[in-house]
Formats: sequence, structure tokens, C-alpha cells
Amino acid sequence: MKTRIISAIAFFLLLLVAWEAASLLGWVNRILIPAPSDVLRYLYGAVLDGSLASAALVTVKRLLLGYLCGIVIGLPLGLVTARFKLFQDTIGLLALGLQTLPSVCWVPLAIIWFGQTESAMFFVVVMGTLWSVIIATETGVRTIPPIYARAARTMGSRGIHTWVHVMLPASLPFIVSGMKQGWAFAWRSLMAAEIYVTILTGFGLGHLLHYGRELNAMEQVIGVMFVIVVIGLLADKVLFSPWERFLHRRWGTQGSR
Amino acid sequence: MGIQQELENEAPSKLSVRNISKIFHSKHQIVRALDGVSLEINEGEFVCLVGPSGCGKSTLLNIIAGLDQADEGSVLSDGQRISGPGRDRMVMFQEHALFPWLDVLDNVMFGLRLKPNLKTNERREVAKYYLHLVGLDNFLHANIHELSGGMKQRVALARALAPNPKVLLMDEPFGALDALTREQLYRDIQRIWAQRKKTIVFVTHNVREAVCLGDRVVLFSPHPGRIRHEYPITLPRPRDINSVSLAEKSGEILQALKGYLNDGVVTAANSRTPFNTDGAAE
Repeated sequence: MKTRIISAIAFFLLLLVAWEAASLLGWVNRILIPAPSDVLRYLYGAVLDGSLASAALVTVKRLLLGYLCGIVIGLPLGLVTARFKLFQDTIGLLALGLQTLPSVCWVPLAIIWFGQTESAMFFVVVMGTLWSVIIATETGVRTIPPIYARAARTMGSRGIHTWVHVMLPASLPFIVSGMKQGWAFAWRSLMAAEIYVTILTGFGLGHLLHYGRELNAMEQVIGVMFVIVVIGLLADKVLFSPWERFLHRRWGTQGSR
Repeated sequence: MGIQQELENEAPSKLSVRNISKIFHSKHQIVRALDGVSLEINEGEFVCLVGPSGCGKSTLLNIIAGLDQADEGSVLSDGQRISGPGRDRMVMFQEHALFPWLDVLDNVMFGLRLKPNLKTNERREVAKYYLHLVGLDNFLHANIHELSGGMKQRVALARALAPNPKVLLMDEPFGALDALTREQLYRDIQRIWAQRKKTIVFVTHNVREAVCLGDRVVLFSPHPGRIRHEYPITLPRPRDINSVSLAEKSGEILQALKGYLNDGVVTAANSRTPFNTDGAAE
């Protein structure tokens, strides 16, 4: 374990040093590929003037709102899709098809329908999340061994009780991985939306990235990319790691790293 | 209801299987899983249903459990027609069917939580009592995946016993276990049966196991599933699967069985699953 940490740290340090050296010694164009120290200087400034924090806040708010809506709509739809033939042949097919659509493809539609508004952002994020959550939940419920429900029936469990106390927890591993996948899709679609939809109601990380390009400020572009990566990692640790640890402890196999 | 009252033995049921038929329709054929099967099972009796796979013994168990419906005939429990699953008849499956999202204690509590008139701490005490009965006092909060196959079936047994049913239905519960573990469980199940006084219907394809456990061994033959013969087992209890008298008795039943197979009653294609003649090793 210790050697793994050391080798990881060594690798990234080496990468940074080589990059810095290449930039300072003029091996690469410093305008196009700014040195890590330039990026750091930008980040420091952006933290001080608050522009980074406010952009991150705007982005995370949009993300959470859209993601939660996607989950709240997607989970029950996934359950009924797994349970009823009618929903499987309708909503299920729709979800299967639209899931394959890269979420950035919703952007043109969203701009025409909602204009350059928060609603357009929201719409893109929900579309990016919803379908994969439906598919994951449906798969989860469908793969539950039927013996669980039979055993529960013999113990007097019926209807809603079976759903809440057997079907839902039994499909938890799939639901968590579906929610994780939904999160990844939401994150990607929001970035696409923020880069393409210029709006005045909130200045997010995607916009920061976009204007970095317009201003030819590559240290800003790379700095914001770095922040986006960090937020993605943090979300993974905060939102999903506890669930995955629980699943790993109880089920024994799933969700382990 | 107090905990003492809850732990008192329920009076075991008398089961009457009356002229049960069950047909399965698959794509290419119609299978008569059970064809006019009748069977009387007395209060507190330990009955083993034996036969090759496809003889309908598990189907009959599921019908008694109320999990499946018969096409014809009926099953009565103490004179009451069975129409669905009920807490008076608990099932133990071959696959333990324990819930991996709950720990051992919560698995046993699952059925108890659905039982009205008990306080939460009473339910916990009841669950602990049954886990003690199956020898798992030290594993109350273990996760299911941490247990060995034998321990999982012990938890499943405790879970089935916990709601205090009148009938215990066991569907090849030891089929997937190794020989040593099984022998221990044969001793335990006889002890628990004597202590808790349940009517037990036990499905197996292992003749020796059936002779070891049953008051009566009921022999099934497949295509269509019918009862061939019944053998009362009068050997003294507790029985040891390795004892000579037990081996003699199971030899006798096996002989009869092979007779049926050779008579062409059961065609070669139908006897794909050979009988497990050796009670210990598989």
C-alpha cells in the first residue's frame, strides 16, 4: 500500500516537473501550454477574487438540482418498467434508445425550446441523467433472484412491503451503480450545456472555461479543467463511497475497489 | 403477547393432500408434474418425499407452501383449505434465500417483524432464542456472505422456525453442503424437531438422508409425478446416517426403486439424474 502511494506521488511530481521544465525552457509554446506555475497563479487569483468559488457554486447547484430530479423521476419509472409489461414496452424502449444519445445532443433542442435560460440547463442535465437511471433500476430489479420474493411471501410479506423491504434493497447494488452512472452523465451534460448555452443568470465553471478560450487565457482553461476534475472526484468520494462501502461489507463482492 | 407465550410450541398441523394434479406447459411439451397425488401427513410427523428430479416432489412442496397453485385437487391444513402462503407453514429452500442486505439477526427478524402483537425487543429475544437453538449465538451481527454454506442453512432454519409455524417445509435444504456439515445438520434437525414438535415435509433425492430423518419415506416416480410407495421408518432416534440398520433400510428402498427404473416405468431418458445412494459422500 505504501509503495503504491509513493509511486503515485512520484509519477505526478515527475509529470509536473517535466511539464514546468518544458514550458520554462521554451520546448513548448508557453501561450498554448502554460506552465503549472502559471495555472497555479491563475487558480490563486481566482480563489482570492472569488470568481472560482462562485462559478463552482453555480455549477454544483445546477448539477444537484438536475441530478436529483433525474433520480426522483428515474427511480420509480425504472421500478414500474421492470414490473409492468406495458411500461417495459413503452418507457423501457424509449429509455433504451435515448440512453445511447450523447447528452450534448440535447443542447440545440434545449436552446430552441427554452432560450438561453436556467431551464435549458436543467433540461439538458435531466435528460442526461434520467434514462440511464431508468435502465439501471430496471436491470437491478430484473436481476433479483425470484427466490427472495418467494421467501418473503412465505413470511407474510405482500405488495408494498415486499417492494420496500425486499425488491428495493435487493436491487441496491444496481441502483447505486445506476446513480453513479447518472451522476457521470449529469456532470458531462452540464459541462456541455454551460459551454454552449451562454446565459446571464449564473456564471458556471463551463462558462469560465469558455471565456478562458475566448480570452486566449490557457492557464484559466487548464485551471478550470483541474477544478472540474477535483469536483468530480470529491463527489465520487462524498456521494458514492459510503454506499459502496456498505454494499461491499454486506454483499461481500460488489462496489469494491 | 409475552415472549414465553410466543416461544411455546404451536400445535403441529395435520396435512391432507387430496388428489393433486399439476401440469406445466413449456414450449414443446406438456409435463404432468403431479398426477392425482394424495397423501395424509399426521400432526408432528416427519415425512420425507424422495424421487428423481422431475417427479414433482418439489412442486408438491410448493403447493403445500401455497407458493404454487394446483390445477386439480386441494391441500388441507387442519381441515382448512390452503390458498396461499401463510405463517403457519414456513419454507426452507435449497438455496438459503437469505437476504444479503440484512445481517444474521435481521434476517431471522424479517418474518417476526411481520408478526403482530410483539414488541421490538421481544422480537429480538425470540430471534436470539432460535439462533441459539441452531448454534449461532456468536454470529448475530455477521453478514451473510461471511458465513459457510452450513451456517447459512442454519440461519435459514432459524428464520423458518422464528415465526413459530405449525409446519416446516424443507426443499433439499442440505443438497449443496459437504458430507461432514450435513451429518452435523442431520443430528441438529432431529434434535430441533423433537424439541419444537413441528410437522415436517422434507424433499430430497438422497434415500439415505430420507431414511435417517423421516418417520415415513414417500417414494415418487416421474412422468407423470406419482407416489409409488410409502415406507414407515421405525428405527430408534436419534439416528446416525452411518449405522448399519439404516443402511439396510435404505438399501431395501433403493432396491425397490431400481426395480421401478428397470421395469421401464421410468424410461432411460427420464432417469438422467441418478439416485444418490451414498448418504455421506456426493
